[in-house]
Amino acid sequence: MKRRIPLTITLIVGLIVICSEFIPHRPFSQISSELEVWFMIISGFAILLGQLNLIKTNVLKIQYKQRNWPYFVITLASFFLMVGTGALWGSQQNAGLLGHGTAISSAIGSKPFDYLFNNVYQNLQATMFSLLAFFIASAAYRAFIARTTESILLLAAAILVMLGNTSLGTLLTGWLPDSLSFLHLPKVSEFIMKYPTTAGQRAIMIGAGLGIIGSSLRIILGIERSYLGGD
Amino acid sequence: MTHFFNVFGIWLGAAFTFAIFSFLYKDNPFYKVAEQIFVGLSAGYWFIYTIFNILIPNLFLPLSTDFAANWIKLIPAFLGVLMLMRLVPNAEWMSRYPIALLIGTTSGLAFLRYLKSDVINQITATMINPFVGNNWVTVVGQILLVVGTITGVIYFYFSKKHEGAFGVSAKIGIYFLMVSFGAAFGYTAMARVSLLIGRLQFLLGDWLGIISP
Amino acid sequence: MAAKTLDRRWIFLFLFIGVALPLIFVIGLPIETTENVRAVYQMVEDTPAGSTVLISFDYDPASKPELHPMGRALLQHCFEKDLKVIITALWPMGVMMANDILDDLQPSYPNKVYGQDYVNMGFKAGGMVTIQAMGKHFKGIYTTDSNGTPVENIPMMKHIDNFENIAFVISLSAGAPGVKEWVQVAGDTYGRQVSSGVTGVSVSSVMPYVNEQKQLTGLLAGLKGAAEYEYLIGHPGTATSGMDAQSLAHLIIIIFIIIGNITYWRNKKKQKKEV
Repeated sequence: MKRRIPLTITLIVGLIVICSEFIPHRPFSQISSELEVWFMIISGFAILLGQLNLIKTNVLKIQYKQRNWPYFVITLASFFLMVGTGALWGSQQNAGLLGHGTAISSAIGSKPFDYLFNNVYQNLQATMFSLLAFFIASAAYRAFIARTTESILLLAAAILVMLGNTSLGTLLTGWLPDSLSFLHLPKVSEFIMKYPTTAGQRAIMIGAGLGIIGSSLRIILGIERSYLGGD
Repeated sequence: MTHFFNVFGIWLGAAFTFAIFSFLYKDNPFYKVAEQIFVGLSAGYWFIYTIFNILIPNLFLPLSTDFAANWIKLIPAFLGVLMLMRLVPNAEWMSRYPIALLIGTTSGLAFLRYLKSDVINQITATMINPFVGNNWVTVVGQILLVVGTITGVIYFYFSKKHEGAFGVSAKIGIYFLMVSFGAAFGYTAMARVSLLIGRLQFLLGDWLGIISP
Repeated sequence: MAAKTLDRRWIFLFLFIGVALPLIFVIGLPIETTENVRAVYQMVEDTPAGSTVLISFDYDPASKPELHPMGRALLQHCFEKDLKVIITALWPMGVMMANDILDDLQPSYPNKVYGQDYVNMGFKAGGMVTIQAMGKHFKGIYTTDSNGTPVENIPMMKHIDNFENIAFVISLSAGAPGVKEWVQVAGDTYGRQVSSGVTGVSVSSVMPYVNEQKQLTGLLAGLKGAAEYEYLIGHPGTATSGMDAQSLAHLIIIIFIIIGNITYWRNKKKQKKEV
């Protein structure tokens, strides 16, 4: 019951979805459409599961006073602050349990949930990812060394694309006559992207596509069962 | 009052920006606090938006307004509750039912969509006459496209030892992959720098007012 | 090795200054448009006025500097061409991103009415499966807009049943779910014209879809793509103003790559001599 029923559900659902593509009539089309709506609703619960799991793991870390545990108190406090403001006064045009919170919204300029998102969350996330600009520059300096033919190709493509993608490329080779316009850096960059890069990425895409098709079939037929976990 | 909170919001944003940037010098408590606030707020946002945008309009509203026409939605609701059982150690196995439904639907659909978009259409897009083009640059490019795709796929075939003509093809395939990784790096550098530009536009524009935002 | 011993914080400092200076002292370097950006522009231009189009905001603040200017420019272009815009989001924060742009554009387009000329339908989870369901019965997935208004009460949604009623789809995509799913379902399954604006990171992996099969009609690639689109519609914005900084930052990274290589080869030569 713990394994056989889930495997049967996967088989039936997978086959219905595939059949509905080739037999777009009732009952397949109808069941498949219903399944898609169910999928979205269950995905919603899966997202909630993620957040609840975050609470659980953080509470456990605090309970057992793990290393740096006070920081996890901050995580939980921020989570409940965001959920609390959203639940009480809603977000944007959506009302919360206490309505739209007109008084507090007019005082701070927007709903508390939106205020937190715009002023705190947006800045935190954007800055967190902008750190990568520094690390990519440092990594380029340390690791981008022309040692072999492969690394020379990698390096050359990277530099040409980087130059071609900026106004600098336009300035550097903008003076070239029409007969040599194919050497104009933005054009070189466009050429690299359109042909050799597309070729390489397409090979990866075809390979990955075949892999996904294979594993999908293995899952539907019950050969691949790792998604069910242990026991 | 609103003006105060507008200004306060910008200062709050700037303070958190510097707290994250402080990591560039070295790891420190300001960064750690900002990092945890980020995680907490992010999870909170997902929680609220999932309820407002999915569970209320697609589940609770249909069930509460017209139960007779929507009773079937009780099934995904029940499966959703089973999904949450994953948090209860002894009842964890119950979450396998909704997971099986999600995995089955995804596998069925992925099988169809990847076959068409990522395999058949890609092969069709490669099987062009490379010698038809407006100029020699296009012709050279198209030859590279065909050769690169085929040799690239050959490289990913590991069931046969890469030697002889097959090995040479695989080697050419690697060269194309390297060019594509180099180009990807070039674009990634652009992407990351863009994010830094965005931050500096905030600090220099919204916060300091040196540049017009 | 010197390359290994240089404190990376010097590189950080150079990059920080290199990006900040051109933002303060604007140079105004030229911008050249590319074929893929022109294709997106042309697709919007060629769509008859009054048609309904769909723009999906599949990103969050982490990709805002790249994708926000694209979203803004595309919405401006659609408004100017009198296209009706349905906004969706496969990422929950896409809803806020879209509203941010709409609030910003409101004063410039006072005659555009919410619900008649544009609508924000909000976030739905499920990626590929959800797009597939939209293609069969749009209102089965979107029963309300992001404000909770029932879809039957939104005038511009009255005639929208599935993708047949939508002229084209544009996904502003920062990853998965995003452009790939839109191409696979809306494009290849339902035959809609699909285009996209993507972050620089995903450009290479999306490029194979820009092909003779027209799986994707053009592509806006990163900040440069956004700046090109701003140039084409004649509304320079944050992408255009960021291009000078982009140029200098790239130059700095290239210079560091060159220094790294010179140091490596010099040290290698030295080591050989010692042996």
